Amino acid sequence: MPAPLPIGDPVPADGSFPPPVRDALASRAEKPFGLYVHIPFCSVRCGYCDFNTYTAEDLGPGASRDSYPDTLIRELEFAASALQAAGAPQRKLRTIFFGGGTPTLLPAEDLARILQRARDLFGVEENAEITTEANPDTVTDESAQTLAEAGFTRVSLGMQSAVPEVLRVLDRTHNPDNVPAAHQAARDAGLQTSLDLIYGTPGESLQDWRTSLQAAIELRPDHISAYSLIIEEGTAMAAKIRRGQLADIDSDDQADKYLLTDELLVEAGYHWYEVSNYSTGESTRSQHNLNYWLDSDWWGAGPGAHSHLAGLRWWNAKHPAAYAQRMHQGVSAGQGRELLDDQAIVLEHLMLRLRIAEGLDIAEFNGLAALLRGGGEPITAATLETLVAEGLIEADAAAASSSWPQGRAVLTVKGRLLADAVTRSLVE
Amino acid sequence: MSPQASTPLVPAKTDPEMIRNFCIIAHIDHGKSTLADRMLQLTGVVQPRQMKAQYLDRMDIERERGITIKSQAVRMPWEHAEDTYAFHMIDTPGHVDFSYEVSRSLDACEGALLLVDAAQGIEAQTLANLYLAMEHDLVIIPVLNKIDLPAAMPDKYAAEIAGLIGCEPEEVLRVSGKTGEGVEELLDRIVEEVPAPEGDAEAPARAMIFDSVYDTYRGVVTFVRVVDGSLGHREKIRMMSTGATHELLEIGVSQPEPKPTQGLGIGEVGYLITGVKDVRQSKVGDTVTSQARPADELIRGYQEPRPMVFSGLFPIDGSEFPVLREALEKLQLNDAALNFEPETSTALGFGFRVGFLGLLHLEITRERLEQEYNLELISTAPNVVYEVTDESGETHQVTNPSEFPEGKIADIREPIVDATVIVPAEFIGPVMELCQSRRGAMQGMDYLSEERVEIRYSMPLAEIVFDFFDNLKSRTKGYASLNWQGTGEQSADLVKVDILLQGDKVDAFSAITHRDQAYDYGVKMASKLKDLIPRQQFEVPVQAAIGSRIIARENIRAIRKDVLSKCYGGDISRKRKLLEKQKEGKKRMKMVGTVEVPQEAFITALSSESGSKEKAKK
Repeated sequence: MPAPLPIGDPVPADGSFPPPVRDALASRAEKPFGLYVHIPFCSVRCGYCDFNTYTAEDLGPGASRDSYPDTLIRELEFAASALQAAGAPQRKLRTIFFGGGTPTLLPAEDLARILQRARDLFGVEENAEITTEANPDTVTDESAQTLAEAGFTRVSLGMQSAVPEVLRVLDRTHNPDNVPAAHQAARDAGLQTSLDLIYGTPGESLQDWRTSLQAAIELRPDHISAYSLIIEEGTAMAAKIRRGQLADIDSDDQADKYLLTDELLVEAGYHWYEVSNYSTGESTRSQHNLNYWLDSDWWGAGPGAHSHLAGLRWWNAKHPAAYAQRMHQGVSAGQGRELLDDQAIVLEHLMLRLRIAEGLDIAEFNGLAALLRGGGEPITAATLETLVAEGLIEADAAAASSSWPQGRAVLTVKGRLLADAVTRSLVE
Repeated sequence: MSPQASTPLVPAKTDPEMIRNFCIIAHIDHGKSTLADRMLQLTGVVQPRQMKAQYLDRMDIERERGITIKSQAVRMPWEHAEDTYAFHMIDTPGHVDFSYEVSRSLDACEGALLLVDAAQGIEAQTLANLYLAMEHDLVIIPVLNKIDLPAAMPDKYAAEIAGLIGCEPEEVLRVSGKTGEGVEELLDRIVEEVPAPEGDAEAPARAMIFDSVYDTYRGVVTFVRVVDGSLGHREKIRMMSTGATHELLEIGVSQPEPKPTQGLGIGEVGYLITGVKDVRQSKVGDTVTSQARPADELIRGYQEPRPMVFSGLFPIDGSEFPVLREALEKLQLNDAALNFEPETSTALGFGFRVGFLGLLHLEITRERLEQEYNLELISTAPNVVYEVTDESGETHQVTNPSEFPEGKIADIREPIVDATVIVPAEFIGPVMELCQSRRGAMQGMDYLSEERVEIRYSMPLAEIVFDFFDNLKSRTKGYASLNWQGTGEQSADLVKVDILLQGDKVDAFSAITHRDQAYDYGVKMASKLKDLIPRQQFEVPVQAAIGSRIIARENIRAIRKDVLSKCYGGDISRKRKLLEKQKEGKKRMKMVGTVEVPQEAFITALSSESGSKEKAKK
């Protein structure tokens, strides 16, 4: 079952933004602007997945696999006029990300058509990063070629594991043997590549995980994401665990696997730039993903998609049919939204920046905390020294700056595993 | 023809010959209140349309639990053989915790109705109160109630009662408070069998206080039974134990609403209002006399209520400490037995050490604090009062494990009680096993009938306050009934077990136990806490210790992963809200040294297993 959406304020039918957002938009001309496109179709729902995706081919008017691209294009048009009405500065798209679901369940031509419409409406920056997620079974030489010709620059393959038994527990139906071929096809088409992996699946041994990591490294992708399995409420896997049919996940096991991940990937020449993300270098980082952590703006199109614009977060109606109906009535797809208050801004800044390799700029944070009322206490040198002593943030970052509290707080590998705890300790 | 009296007798002008004072001895839910209600109706003092179920139980909490905590006295007229009589029915508390009040209520009567459920037979507490009534020389009228129930076995239980009080089974009245069957006959029996009160009309006035209740509008309402002389409206009275004098702003009788009168004469039972605000100024057991012409002697030696069980009460929200103080002060206005003093716990913060008459008293008080004052409380495990003599010969009263002296102990004395259990014979084995495991020494055993047995043990009170009744109930399928009475003290080999978190003592979990049970307590508590305290960023040893000697140890391993690896496709709100929730949760943590302990861990660890089951059922 897809996870529930947050609870927020209602979104007006015309999708207009509250005054503080309109005022702030003008100053964000230099901020990156991205587009997320949600494709809510999968051939199989995986037992662990609580993303907004459906296995039926037809989810109602405007929400079948055939009619969905046109529905989505309506939202892109709606977005363009809503931004224009708000007097937002003209910004070309710096990143575009097709996620799901399984975007490649739609014909490559449809993805190309959606992309082209986005190009017409917003413009796309030169060297923009344009990614699609893909199931390894669905990427062929031809489809990769079509994607590249349409302007895609990057493919993220849902590899998850190289161990058949683990894939079976995850309900992943793709043939692991197809991963190298799909990866090669993307490469040959001139696309950057990323592999998604999941660790900590019930029954997965440390050796299994090592096998998966090694298999991924062997393909030399530009980018690897390694996520720990999270048991979400309402999923088939959660029910199996409750009934005792599957072992529960074990956080110590996941910690061991994270350490192994970091060890093997660093050894193979990858660098972490976000808790769960590694790349061969700065140019191969996922800019789109990074923008989520950097307070950038993006429009999320499609059912259940989330958007952010100058401190306003909103999310679309979840079910594809409900979403399609709104699009065809010409009203905002937004189901709820929240205008971040000072406290939320400070907490988000802290929690997001701590996750990335650049870390938290202490002076910037303290400035933010001081500027915004009720935002929190500034971070002191003593606090930082305690975190260094506990091995949670890098000591050389401290040494690099003249003295705390200048410089950046960058999490150590132990600190990354405890990032939420560190965040909480800093907002006490 | 209705036997209701056409012209009730006037208070203060009633010939003692025409007065009958009686109480009802019954177990909880044997139908005392229903029978009393029926009497109010039959004698005409309460009109049918004013009748609410169980009229005499006033406090909500009592009604909810079907327990009468506080006694009241009702005056009812009754006509018998063409004479008009005045009855005073004194409603006694049924529970052992309030045995001192029961005793004073019995003092105010000449007769007692022994009321027994015809489907259940007599219970231990009823038996205890029956013996008490017999010691007070009251005339006992045996009554089986609920004879309308299909499960009633009146013949069987009539024989049981006859055996206990030495009458013939046929003399046991059979009534139904619910249908009214047999109640008129019962009222007639009261006239015939209960003696009229006697007293010296010419002597200085003496009246015994058997209850005292705080009323928000009127202050303290004192219930008395006049023994000698008389008391009049506007008279100056004196409390003999304290010498305090008050003016009688109002004197009257309950019917059952208060009805002012000119006064009260010999044998009469009624209430006094003097304007005092605190029941401790009008003590149960004290003698009221006239200031102008005082009596020389108290009716009975007065005894201060003595708390037997102590527990620490702490507000979960520390800022509610003043609310708790105020609430306890208000309860004390109406509960002379309740005493408390501030207590500071390093783990639980500011609270009060509260003394109670027994476990029911504790439970009722706690419930009232939570329901009437909206407080969320943590209560520490109840304990008794120990007298600890250290090596230097100094004796300490220990009502709290934290007061237990450090170092070598010369002697520890603990209260012991006589415990009586009544149980179907098939459960003799399990009951004996339980009592023996609780350091009980058997005193005797009697068959009340072929199937029911009274078993008597001498036991430390500490063993009874720790889970005993719940255990007894579960071992006997709920059939056992228990009564106990303090009998004195004994020396015992007791130790204080401390629980340490990362080397820091958690005072709330310290307990005084018998040396043989210390290890058990330590192991149980350490493993409970291991499961209840979430993993921290460092390893936390949980230890149990006697002095500096560690007797049990568990480890809470350090948490290694506390991060959400996914960002849910830009759903930052979800992640932030999760953090906010965790932050909020942290506020409900108590710090023990550097260890964060959730409130729930304290509540769960401190509640007995059966206690938490009980909660779950609600």
